[in-house]
Amino acid sequence: MLCSVAKKKKEGSTRTLRWPCGFEEAARGGEVLKASRVLVASRNFANDATFEIKKCDLHRLEEGPPVTTVLTREDGLKYYRMMQTVRRMELKADQLYKQKIIRGFCHLCDGQEACCVGLEAGINPTDHLITAYRAHGFTFTRGLSVRAILAELTGRRGGCAKGKGGSMHMYAKNFYGGNGIVGAQVPLGAGIALACKYNEKDEICLTLYGDGAANQGQIFEAYNMAALWKLPCIFICENNRYGMGTSVERAAASTDYYKRGDFIPGLRVDGMDILCVREATRFAAAYCRSGKGPILMELQTYRYHGHSMSDPGVSYRTREEIQEVRSKSDPIMLLKDRMVNSNLASVEELKEIDVEVRKEIEDAAQFATADPEPPLEELGYHIYCSDPPFEVRGANQWIKFKSVS
Amino acid sequence: MAVVAGLTRRPLEQVSGLLRRRFHRTAPAALQVTVREAINQGMDEELERDEKVFLLGEEVAQYDGAYKVSRGLWKKYGDKRIIDTPISEMGFAGIAVGAAMAGLRPICEFMTFNFSMQAIDQVINSAAKTYYMSGGSQPVPIVFRGPNGASAGVAAQHSQCFAAWYGHCPGLKVVSPWSSEDAKGLIKSAIRDNNPVVVLENELMYGVPFELPPEAQSKDFLIPIGKAKIERQGTNVTIVSHSRPVSHCLEAATVLSKEGIECEVINMRTIRPMDIETIEASVMKTNHLVTVEGGWPQFGVGAEICARIMEGPAFNFLDAPVIRVTGADVPMPYAKVLEDNSVPQVKDIIFAIKKTLNI
Repeated sequence: MLCSVAKKKKEGSTRTLRWPCGFEEAARGGEVLKASRVLVASRNFANDATFEIKKCDLHRLEEGPPVTTVLTREDGLKYYRMMQTVRRMELKADQLYKQKIIRGFCHLCDGQEACCVGLEAGINPTDHLITAYRAHGFTFTRGLSVRAILAELTGRRGGCAKGKGGSMHMYAKNFYGGNGIVGAQVPLGAGIALACKYNEKDEICLTLYGDGAANQGQIFEAYNMAALWKLPCIFICENNRYGMGTSVERAAASTDYYKRGDFIPGLRVDGMDILCVREATRFAAAYCRSGKGPILMELQTYRYHGHSMSDPGVSYRTREEIQEVRSKSDPIMLLKDRMVNSNLASVEELKEIDVEVRKEIEDAAQFATADPEPPLEELGYHIYCSDPPFEVRGANQWIKFKSVS
Repeated sequence: MAVVAGLTRRPLEQVSGLLRRRFHRTAPAALQVTVREAINQGMDEELERDEKVFLLGEEVAQYDGAYKVSRGLWKKYGDKRIIDTPISEMGFAGIAVGAAMAGLRPICEFMTFNFSMQAIDQVINSAAKTYYMSGGSQPVPIVFRGPNGASAGVAAQHSQCFAAWYGHCPGLKVVSPWSSEDAKGLIKSAIRDNNPVVVLENELMYGVPFELPPEAQSKDFLIPIGKAKIERQGTNVTIVSHSRPVSHCLEAATVLSKEGIECEVINMRTIRPMDIETIEASVMKTNHLVTVEGGWPQFGVGAEICARIMEGPAFNFLDAPVIRVTGADVPMPYAKVLEDNSVPQVKDIIFAIKKTLNI
């Protein structure tokens, strides 16, 4: 179930903003941003429409996800707003990085919006998700506000990790980051799946990694144990064709990432089509929940930006290629065209959403730039959990910081 | 990325651009070379000299290196000698060690030493210990190199210093260059050494230019592993450091000189085997010692220096306990104000020096 609503808390609050789940929250007005036009405007829209989606390539599966799906107007508007929010948030991060307000590493996911939004659409908020460092989009879809994300990128106290983590280390409920070491998050995800099975609450874990990470040995170790122990883990390879500057052909002996789980069944999904991603996710989630063990999904997607903000992204691929993907396969454009052509929404209505989203991002960026840095006194905080306070040594033996759990 | 101006006794001018290889070597004057260029030159010269030398790692070939340290090498030497690997540290480190066992001389690059943790078993168990375990019959002539320690704003998983971790292990040699001269001479020595050598570079130093003296421009210029260098002579206090903090020590020394305090600044250059003799001789002259490092304090390089000083002749010459200046004992925070206070700053070094001198 997908919620596109952010509930704003009191002014000055440094708590991270959470997503209420459930459509009920969305229906409440007040401070809440409008999520869907429930009231009929000047024209009648269709309530839903049926779309054909690409058939997934299958590995060790008799049948796959359906090739048609129904999209409701309400869902469509939600997905559109969410993807647009991720898109604009990433572009704002690009801007802030160039102004040196964001430092260090910054890996953007514009172009890959259908993945984070589509995956979320196929699971429950009580399910779990973990990914690597290209994580801003997932941090948002898993429930944090743009404010909390941008403020973390700018290293301020209002950031979701209080400014201590930065781009690659954002966490939320049932979202385990944000991980900087390539591939390390995959065994972690299998472990979260182990906990899901252990707790017997029918929850599953989505464990994401990229095409570059797919060549990490620890991933195969995780595959083996997940299959052996029938862990409810969906391994998801977000294949955007390049691991930093290395194309898939130069890094992998087999680029059929959906087959590389070998004994784990897999499917290859059009990661630029949010409906395809949603259906595949629903299918995979049902598979896992049935107790059959892990399953693998390869999402074929594309990133417009380079690997990170320090990579122009054109030394190992052509501008023509980037432009071609933008013009033919942009996930937001694909959804928009579908909705407009089947009378689920009007162009003007979607433009209004664009305007609202821009404003939301702008406000969040203002906050992220104006919020103060974390206090120096808290440099030593949060080293241990549940421990009494102790002293932390600074640059010399006379500089001491208090450490509070 | 912050660029720290490298300081030597002679004032430096900033210079842009790559070293042009067409430059005349017949009448070498002092040359401005960045640390990045120096490592590049060192590797290039050794690749040329010995066909058994090759470089492997992530993005080292067609991308010219994640930090452009291997720029131009793939173009010059091709696929056989400069190899792009998948993101498989444990795998390619093991492959490199195997190749070394079979007689080749690999340079295995870790994009940063943080990622070497994924492969550390191969570095320690397969490389470092093998000559010993084989009773002297199986050498492993390999170099592991890459940036180590804190950068700018890269947060906890990308900022760790591994000097103490690798320095702990017998069988390994560990070097930590500071200047361009260090970088060039040490990488060449490391490549020619028949033992596994860990070369801890520093990302923030890559772009810093230094004067490369004439002797360092020779293709056979080597800096011996295991020998420290006194970068600045002094009489009042000995400051020992390695890598980027050496710059901060020299800056502190310049400031204190105006107050009549003359610091002797020692650039360790090598972590293991440690040149404790140079440090001892200096302490026996100055009677005061401050160690400076970027890594965490507990079980660190400074802690080892303290222990050895106590075990040796210099202890009786100390007028005050040794003081360590280190990184803060926390995972590296991201926010700038916190990060700045988690690494040794010039003010911390000055404070420590005055403390030990009781000023």
